[in-house]
Amino acid sequence: MSAHVQDEDATNAYQSLAGSVDHDDPRWAFGSGFEDMEADLTAPVPDGADPADLAAYCLMLGDDALVYSHRLTEWVSHAPELEEEVALANTALDLLGQARVLLARAGHVEGLVPGGTARDEDALAYWREVGELRNVALAEPSDDLDFARAIARLLVFSTWRIALLHPLRDSADPVIAAVAAKGVKEVTYHRDHAARWTLRLGDGTAESRARMQDALEWVWPFLEELFRTSDEERRLVAAGVAVDPAGTRAEVDEVLDRVLDRATLTRPEAPGMGTIGGLGGRQGVHTEKLEHAVLVMQSLARKHPGATW
Amino acid sequence: MVTGLDLGARGVVAQVVDPEMPMLTLDDLGVIRSVSEQDGGVTVTITPTYSGCPAIEEMRADITRALTGAGYGPVEVRTVLSPAWSTDWISEAGRRRLAEAGVAPPGRAPAQVDGPVPLTLEAPSTVVRCPQCGSPATEEFSRFGPTACTALRRCTACREPFEHMKEI
Repeated sequence: MSAHVQDEDATNAYQSLAGSVDHDDPRWAFGSGFEDMEADLTAPVPDGADPADLAAYCLMLGDDALVYSHRLTEWVSHAPELEEEVALANTALDLLGQARVLLARAGHVEGLVPGGTARDEDALAYWREVGELRNVALAEPSDDLDFARAIARLLVFSTWRIALLHPLRDSADPVIAAVAAKGVKEVTYHRDHAARWTLRLGDGTAESRARMQDALEWVWPFLEELFRTSDEERRLVAAGVAVDPAGTRAEVDEVLDRVLDRATLTRPEAPGMGTIGGLGGRQGVHTEKLEHAVLVMQSLARKHPGATW
Repeated sequence: MVTGLDLGARGVVAQVVDPEMPMLTLDDLGVIRSVSEQDGGVTVTITPTYSGCPAIEEMRADITRALTGAGYGPVEVRTVLSPAWSTDWISEAGRRRLAEAGVAPPGRAPAQVDGPVPLTLEAPSTVVRCPQCGSPATEEFSRFGPTACTALRRCTACREPFEHMKEI
């Protein structure tokens, strides 16, 4: 490489962002697309798996990460200390990265469903209505910038997601397997972070302990849904693509009990949130909290459709 | 004028620097999976460090610019997720350059396990030496640093804070 090229870009990441260096491709403002990953994303649908089921499953795993990452970013400029702000934003970034690949895969596979049309990750993230999202309710509410709640939810979410991603490394779908292999390392780091904060707050002052216990009471009703198996998941388990969420309960319980015990906290006995006629987040039936999150998340893209920079 | 053909396309790509840690080349970082030339064009395959790493877009642009600047034809940069990147892929030269730039290089990445992923309730006791004074007496004060791949530590001997590239 010539010295000239190095001078141009080596140390200034903003130079190319600002357009001072020629780009032959304008950048879509709300994500850069995965056209370069085509080989990965267009892998054939595994034998025995229905494309509609696979697309829905990729949305479930992707929407959990997408919606929750949005809620985590609400902490930016609000965290109790700068280091914690960076931590929560980085956690959100990892999850958003997982969501992007999963949504891109879902959009591709949708095109293989008879009568279906392929969509890209941005169309899925910004142009679906609330009822088309497949995330669990745990991802939906704001934690109202209560730090103990943020930690309680991160502990539960990451513990559950590890229990899904770890076996999904062997999924028959190569895209899911790749996201899982990468994601499990990231989410393990998130879980350790949440668990250590839980210890610090639970085994801290009377005030921090009481607030951490309150936060557990807040998050606990969302647990039950995490172990409910949807029809799509049941069929995909048989095809070797999905992991049955019901099977993650023992691991999740064991990890949470161990953390709470060390933190001198009490496992809440709050009953699980109910369903509406047996339907929940996996079927597109959500709490009203999701409306606001999605409205904010999609507002810019909808205001400037197709914008590039 | 073709200036880089003597290096070969692999050599040109190897010298592109990381957009967030410019003391490292992409080769040092271990993200280049393959470089192949065909009919004047070049296909480069890279792997992201973290799923949401925003630097991947800049890496792609920088690779394309370096190859084009060196006289190569159409460049295609592909991203593959599997196998997942590990800090174990950072070269010895890269580790040296990180330390010289004041960033403590990563230790060995945790081994993959077959059973449930173990929970780590205490900060691992591995020794991270201060890149300034070499003292092993350092402590972590933030598990997340200014980029996705670093944590923040401080040296209790010379009191300097520093970044530590975390093991994944």
